Amino acid sequence: MYGFLIGVGVLLLLSIIWMVYRIQTLVSVVKGSDKKIATGSNKVNAILFILFMLGTGFLMFWYSIKEFDTYQLPIASEHGVVTDRLFWITMAVTGIVFLITHVLLFIFPYKYQYKEDRKASFYPDNNKLEIIWTAVPGVVLALLVISGWMAWSDITAPAPEKAHVVEIMGSQFQWDVRYPGKDNVLGDYDYRLTSATNAHGIDFTDKNSMDDFPSPVVVIPKGEPVLFKIRARDVLHSVFSPHMRLKMDAVPGMPTRFWFVPTKTTAEMREETGNPDFQYEIACTEICGRGHFSMRKIIEVVEPGEYQKWYAEQKSFIQMNPALAEGTQAETKELAENN
Amino acid sequence: MSTASVANHDTSAHDHHDHEHHGNFVTTYLFTTDHKMIGKQFLISGIFWALIGGLLSILFRLQLGFPDMSLEFLRPILGGWLDDAGHLDPTFYLALVTMHGTIMVFFVLTAGLSGTFSNYLIPLQIGARDMASGFMNMLSFWFFFMAGVLMFISLFIPTGPAAGGWVVYPPLSALEQAIPGSGLGMTLWLTSMTLFIASQLLGGINYITTVINLRTKGMSFSRLPLTIWAFFLTAVIGLLSFPVLVAAALLLIFDRSFGTSFYLSDIYINGEALPNTGGSPVLYQHLFWFLGHPEVYIVLLPALGITSEVIATNSRKPIFGYKAMIISMLGITILSFIVWAHHMFVSGMNPFLGSIFMFLTLIIAVPSAVKVFNYLTTLWRGNLIFTPAMLFSIGLVSFFISGGLTGIFLGNSAIDIQLHDTYFVVAHFHLVMGSASFFGLLAGIYHWFPKMFGRMMDEKLGYIHFWLTFVGVYMVFFPMHYIGIAGFPRRYYSWTNFDFANMYTDLNMFVSAAAIITFAAQFIFLFNFFYSMYRGRKASLNPWRSTTLEWTTPLYPGHGNWPGEIPTVYRWPYDYSKPGAEEDFIPQTVPLSATPESNLPHEQEQVKLEMEIMKDEEEGLVANESKH
Repeated sequence: MYGFLIGVGVLLLLSIIWMVYRIQTLVSVVKGSDKKIATGSNKVNAILFILFMLGTGFLMFWYSIKEFDTYQLPIASEHGVVTDRLFWITMAVTGIVFLITHVLLFIFPYKYQYKEDRKASFYPDNNKLEIIWTAVPGVVLALLVISGWMAWSDITAPAPEKAHVVEIMGSQFQWDVRYPGKDNVLGDYDYRLTSATNAHGIDFTDKNSMDDFPSPVVVIPKGEPVLFKIRARDVLHSVFSPHMRLKMDAVPGMPTRFWFVPTKTTAEMREETGNPDFQYEIACTEICGRGHFSMRKIIEVVEPGEYQKWYAEQKSFIQMNPALAEGTQAETKELAENN
Repeated sequence: MSTASVANHDTSAHDHHDHEHHGNFVTTYLFTTDHKMIGKQFLISGIFWALIGGLLSILFRLQLGFPDMSLEFLRPILGGWLDDAGHLDPTFYLALVTMHGTIMVFFVLTAGLSGTFSNYLIPLQIGARDMASGFMNMLSFWFFFMAGVLMFISLFIPTGPAAGGWVVYPPLSALEQAIPGSGLGMTLWLTSMTLFIASQLLGGINYITTVINLRTKGMSFSRLPLTIWAFFLTAVIGLLSFPVLVAAALLLIFDRSFGTSFYLSDIYINGEALPNTGGSPVLYQHLFWFLGHPEVYIVLLPALGITSEVIATNSRKPIFGYKAMIISMLGITILSFIVWAHHMFVSGMNPFLGSIFMFLTLIIAVPSAVKVFNYLTTLWRGNLIFTPAMLFSIGLVSFFISGGLTGIFLGNSAIDIQLHDTYFVVAHFHLVMGSASFFGLLAGIYHWFPKMFGRMMDEKLGYIHFWLTFVGVYMVFFPMHYIGIAGFPRRYYSWTNFDFANMYTDLNMFVSAAAIITFAAQFIFLFNFFYSMYRGRKASLNPWRSTTLEWTTPLYPGHGNWPGEIPTVYRWPYDYSKPGAEEDFIPQTVPLSATPESNLPHEQEQVKLEMEIMKDEEEGLVANESKH
């Protein structure tokens, strides 16, 4: 019944619109305005441009200021401060250009709307102007690029020797974390060794892997360099930690890396945001299939002392499952090598 | 001269008269070789695909804006892609996103825009009877048509269409185990795209050849309307970049079906270790973006060309900086090939490459900025007539600025770390490439409709359509900047799994509502378009009082465009409001010698030369006549 009523309503509405449309067409024919070069609509459109500029301009400023703390995530890494500063400098520069060009773009239609007694000025070119507005954006962009390039070079420079290594492996649809253990060296892996008990495909014949340990959360110390060694087991994934301003694709067959220095512990961040449940998160930002939107991992940033303590307490893969170290593993390796 | 040309006129008119009679439905409307009909074929298919692409976006916007809503009323269309509670399947959500992107980028904004206007306008504006090869032109459309049929079929197969994003990165797109859409759906996608590329190449070769070889007498490159320059350069870009996509697709086909390892390496999926080693998924990304980035300009340049023409005509002013416009388009053409890896700053490629591509990318912003300043100066002290086409062109310039400026953030690799693959990117390219090009397409339709169908579209409906769409597009894409700065990733079915993104349900609802209204507003256009085609007011020969050649053809130009001799061109296409001239426009066909009152000093010089040529010609013609 409702469907029928809605149908009738829509039909009525459409026929009314149709009538209005026909009437306005006939009126315009009678008035002869269809022969004119510019009708009254010209003025209406010119005014609408001004209204549009004022309306949307107001909305933009109002929302940008009101919501600033919502969309501007707090920063929790050293390089994040640099990239955010670049972001806001670029915002200031482009913002000025945005405002000037748009004000001109919407005021000109109003100011120079068609008048029968006026003739447009014939102004085909001016090389001086062209050179100015090629050179000025060129210089401004060069400055932006150079500052961006310096930041980029620092961020992507090799990690410091003493960086704490964490391996993050993406698979459909989860992140697995491995720490190198006391020797601070991750053991070898081979994707062919992957099995239900050995999700990372760790080669346990390599003695570096003996003390490697897993962790359900990524625990890292505050104020010390941390190196994420990133890889993927099946398709592309991407490690994204919004508060750390960190993003790097996880590529099957090609390990990637990203190092950074966290600056605030989880506890400090809870205080700063006033949210007692605050957690640093990792999300996936490369489309990877059905569960792309659910690849969550928590990062816990703690004080260095606390980190040392936690690190020492962890049980290695071998300790948790001694079977991994036994002959079974050597056989699989042999098998894999024969393949 | 006049007697000679009239005589000539008569004979050729007869030839064409005979020719016209042979057409039947099939040769006139289906397998036609007339560039005008082929242009209309592309236009109608483009509109069809725009509706499909738009509808898909509404479906996923419903999921994003109203995640709790039951879509049970869509079960007749979506069937098994809804779960019991009436929510979209997450895999199908990805398929929707993928198909929306593919359809909009390739079928609407490449085929629908370039296909329509390059075909329709090149011969008419350069003064040619048709394309260099009408047959290849026809093939171009039918290859596109077949590509469309395959893509359309893929929407309805049980495993769903391709779902790896429009970029179809392997290994996701190579492995059926990873996502069902990478099965038959992906095979159809690859086949369809291969046919589509064949269509683009056939078209592109034609456009280039026609512009170089078939210009009418006097139509030097420095007298070409900017539309033609844009179409020409677009075709060059397409011709050089599309084959690389074929290469990428071919290698992907090999990986999928023949066990090669171009893109696959070290993969353990579904409890099975695959034998592939040594491949690189990043190789695919390089190949894809080698087309993918120039594709942005394939989509955008024709729109900018159309805008230049429309803005000049309706400002009653010459386009400011004609030469600067051409140089900046040339610059964009060349630079478009050497910036592709800015899509890959965090793909794991060598960061040094990232630095190089950051420098190159920000260079390309300069010619784009020059174009904007030139448009603004063209409006300055003009006498502006707001036809719907003019409104859409001004809208285009606005989108081009808004979306172009956010490109400066994303082209900076340090800033891109945070923004990559977030909604900031979505906002950026939907404004600068999607909406700007879409507005170019609409401006073109409104402007050349009288030439295409001999009737006028209703202006008032055009105004309503413009304002709803202009406001609507900003309401859809502007809020996405905030969502993106907050770090919301793209291609997410829902954000509630994450604390940092568990907000903005209100803003997403607003965006979705705006998207639905904007989509609904397009039906005003559809009505206007089809109704005016049959019942619109009869157009006059030159309704916008424009200078270019297409307005010198009859109201319903036949196959061959001009019944008589092709007109000769004596001046550049932007003689609007020339001081001294009586009218505020002088068509390109008016000799300089006929307008001594408005000639500029250097043109006065050319008059002598022009007189000599005309005299020579006249003698030649008379000699020809006497031979008969």
